[in-house]
Amino acid sequence: MKYMLMMHAPRGTGEYQIGSWAPEDLQAHIRFMQQFNQQLGAAGEFVDAQGLTPPAQARLVRAGADGTPVTDGPFAEAKEFLAGFWIIDVDGPERAYELAARVSAAPGPGGAPLNMPIEVRPVMSAPLVEV
Amino acid sequence: MGAMDTVTAETVGHLLRELAPQVLGVVARRHGDFAAAEDAVQDALIAAAAQWPADGVPENPRGWLHHVAVRRLTDHVRSEMARRRREEAVAGEPWAEWAFVPPPDAEVDPERDDTLLLLFMCCHPALTPSSAIALTLRAVGGLTTAEIASAFLVPEATMAQRISRAKQSIRASGVAFREPTPAERAERLRAVLHVLYLIFNEGYTSSGGAALQRPDLSSEAIRLTRAVHALVPDDAEVAGLLALMLLTDARRGARTGPAGELIPLDAQDRTRWDRALIAEGVALVSAALARGVVGPYQLQAAIAAVHDEAPRAEDTDWPQILALYDVLGGMSDNPMVALNRAIAAAMVHGPAVGLELLAALDDDARLRGHHRLDAVRAHLLERAGDRAGAIAHYRAAAERTASVPERDYLLLRAARMRDGEAGA
Repeated sequence: MKYMLMMHAPRGTGEYQIGSWAPEDLQAHIRFMQQFNQQLGAAGEFVDAQGLTPPAQARLVRAGADGTPVTDGPFAEAKEFLAGFWIIDVDGPERAYELAARVSAAPGPGGAPLNMPIEVRPVMSAPLVEV
Repeated sequence: MGAMDTVTAETVGHLLRELAPQVLGVVARRHGDFAAAEDAVQDALIAAAAQWPADGVPENPRGWLHHVAVRRLTDHVRSEMARRRREEAVAGEPWAEWAFVPPPDAEVDPERDDTLLLLFMCCHPALTPSSAIALTLRAVGGLTTAEIASAFLVPEATMAQRISRAKQSIRASGVAFREPTPAERAERLRAVLHVLYLIFNEGYTSSGGAALQRPDLSSEAIRLTRAVHALVPDDAEVAGLLALMLLTDARRGARTGPAGELIPLDAQDRTRWDRALIAEGVALVSAALARGVVGPYQLQAAIAAVHDEAPRAEDTDWPQILALYDVLGGMSDNPMVALNRAIAAAMVHGPAVGLELLAALDDDARLRGHHRLDAVRAHLLERAGDRAGAIAHYRAAAERTASVPERDYLLLRAARMRDGEAGA
């Protein structure tokens, strides 16, 4: 079963403003993420992982009357933003939750776990069932 | 090595898949180390896939693969010994060259077929289903890591790790490359059949229309099950599983529409069913059932045969299917069997009886939140004339399934009922 783990970062609070962290805290955080990805690969569970740029670069796009893009944003009022995601291929939901909990506890300022909310969603990839 | 006819990569691929387990059996037997032998044979297969289409197939392809694999294995043993020597220089431990030298094995018979032995190894109960599937496809199916990765839509490096971890588990569990004891054999064969069944089911995954080169896992599962059936022709459950696969695969062309959309059994164009596969499946399951040792795969095959033999959906012999589900339900406490039995009961005795049986399944924790329970209830409510109930359960099922074509089918069914209601 494939799952997407979505890392939601609450916006605007100090502990998530990664740019204001001490260099050693930042390094520990980056190292943690690298190791997490390596462990997923070594376990044969890694499908994809991507980090997203901060919401200041986000734009909402809609088609205008003639189909040309109409952009909007960035929006400062959103409480949370998607900071990045993983797609994993594991034997069941329990393993997906276990991995989500591990990444949720990524180290923040002073090495304390961030306990970020990680949204876990099954990817639609089940075999077809004849009905 | 003589020169030969030029061949296509596809022909070479088929040949390599046939030869892979034979070569691996001999190499693993002679060298004892299954994991290293499997890596060496994979290297040989990759070399052959690159060279043969251009240079032609060697006169003795099996000998060629064996030769290349043994050379790779020898290189591996040498570097392993060198590593041990370096470690010994550091740690002062004695190293034992004899530990890596293959024991003289006079009993190696290059003509024997080790397919079953390899399957016992790859489908060992110590492995998770996904590891067993991957290892089986590579070691016995002769597929490359890249092909298996593309079949499961994961990166090649991920699949390589999965296979390597599977082999570590086998090594850690201490299973020897030998025939299981008579006491273990039945259970191990059951594990093999279960893995082959899972591979077959994986083949049902809709490709999503992508023009990806994905190996056909259903055909691969049928090929491997045929090989097992040829080795143990008297095992009725092996024959039953092969029959079940053939009778299900016979409907493949009619099961989905041009855009990959799901077409339910009762709406399929039966002229598109593969008659040759049906005939073969029916013959297999009839012969197996006649032996008198009835098992779940034979019963599922018998049910598939009843469907396949009906010229039209309305000709289906539902009393016969219900009777078969009764026997199947008595063999194991499987909620999916109970669910299917409720459908058969509804077809024989009316939807109210089916719905009553479903009500009894509501308390089964194994089915809680499962989309099939909602989907079946929706169908029975539709037949009972309860439109609102049917729409609600079609939608609930659509929200819970993890299959895109199935979700689309359920949503469309709900939408059509809703429109019918508005027009009525």
